[in-house]
Amino acid sequence: MIEVKNISKTFGDNQVLKNVSTIFEKGQTNLIIGQSGSGKTVLMKSCIGLIDPDEGEIIFDQRPFSRLAEKQKKDIRKDMGVLFQGGALFDSFNVEQNVMFPLNMFTTMSLEEKLDRVNFVLKRVNLENVNKLYPSEISGGMMKRVAIARAISNNPQYLFCDEPNSGLDPKTAEVIDALISEITEEYNMTTVINTHDMNSVLQIGQRINFLYKGQLWWQGDMHTILEEENPELQEFVFSTELTRRIKK
Amino acid sequence: MLKMLGEYLILLVEIFKRPDKGPVFRSRLLTEFVGLGTDSIGIVVIISIFTGAIVAIQTAYNIDSPLIPLTMVGFTTRQMMILEFSPTIISLILAGKVGSRIASEIGTMRVTEQIDALRVMGVNPANYLILPKITASMLFNPVLIIFSMVIGIWGGWMACIVTGVVTSTDFIMGLRGWFEPFTVTYAIIKTVVFAFIISSVSGYLGYSIKGGSVEVGAASTKAVVYSSILIIFFDLILTQLLLI
Repeated sequence: MIEVKNISKTFGDNQVLKNVSTIFEKGQTNLIIGQSGSGKTVLMKSCIGLIDPDEGEIIFDQRPFSRLAEKQKKDIRKDMGVLFQGGALFDSFNVEQNVMFPLNMFTTMSLEEKLDRVNFVLKRVNLENVNKLYPSEISGGMMKRVAIARAISNNPQYLFCDEPNSGLDPKTAEVIDALISEITEEYNMTTVINTHDMNSVLQIGQRINFLYKGQLWWQGDMHTILEEENPELQEFVFSTELTRRIKK
Repeated sequence: MLKMLGEYLILLVEIFKRPDKGPVFRSRLLTEFVGLGTDSIGIVVIISIFTGAIVAIQTAYNIDSPLIPLTMVGFTTRQMMILEFSPTIISLILAGKVGSRIASEIGTMRVTEQIDALRVMGVNPANYLILPKITASMLFNPVLIIFSMVIGIWGGWMACIVTGVVTSTDFIMGLRGWFEPFTVTYAIIKTVVFAFIISSVSGYLGYSIKGGSVEVGAASTKAVVYSSILIIFFDLILTQLLLI
């Protein structure tokens, strides 16, 4: 479980996060949704320690991550897997080396054990016979799956996904969503997903946090979001022509 | 400028921390020896041969007085290659080739979130990415420069033989005369300092990028310009300190 307590962050004169508090539950897909500029990326980057919040704290299972020194944060970081928007695979490494990277850095496994683990996680994300390919040689959807494989290779307790569907066609996006959801349940991870894709919200939104102008505006799940009367949330949910037509 | 210097010094502190894993560092060091070192041998050979040849021919052309012996051509070629052309000119060439490569490689990793990925995995990105480059440059550039000295002098000798401006005997006699071994030490000290400047300044400029592909290009250009200016500046300082 991850507790976000009264997080605020200001860049210059712009207060991006205003006293945000929420809980990301273990074994569930916790979504952060909101329009561009609502503060969801800053909230996620605060959670993974890429941005230091001005106020408040982030607690990973009773461990006060945001108050720890960089050296002490390392222990918690080893339990994190992060899927970046563009995948963030290392260009100079092939698929196998990318997935093996956390194992090389943080385990004392033999090469054989590492290869077994790499092949296992690649199989888990439905990728086989791609070990020797480089990121430039695979499709966007495959890149996301390799990035998921890398994120889970070291058995993390926490999985963070920043816009996992950006740049993907709807069918592939659905596959990625389903995969993240399955992995979350299978490994009982605390998964946090940053998205503005309504398909994802309705497919895997077990817990949804809606941010509006830097504030936590609404909390709920995929079953209640369509019935909610909140005007700002309605504006977000029914912002496309397709959703407006379906609503009618 | 002061802010930049401060950021550069803070980054150096991060870079020179103990690597997370020794075997990973050694593997990356070997990769950098190839990328930054052996891949540069071709251009070093070409530039050195022609520089040595040009120095020899120009020296011979400028000796008008019968009181100056033609052995001076060999002597001058050796001195010019060891003291200045190999350590400084080759370092300037490497600032263009290696510096831009380091800045664009690290800059691209920054804009595509690869550096963020390293950081959230608990890896010190500055140490992981830049330390092997600095170490490889500081260890391999002196080898390149010694190679350049030998090749450059050979180029001068060949130019004399082919053009006939100086006999081979005169050239070799000059080459062997009045040799001061400290000049080689001086050249190696300069090279090591220049290698540090090229790799650390370019690494800093790539690492500190904010933005996208346009900034990567700008950082790559800045890496060459700043490294070149610093090389010339430190050339003057080191010459003053070590030779006078």
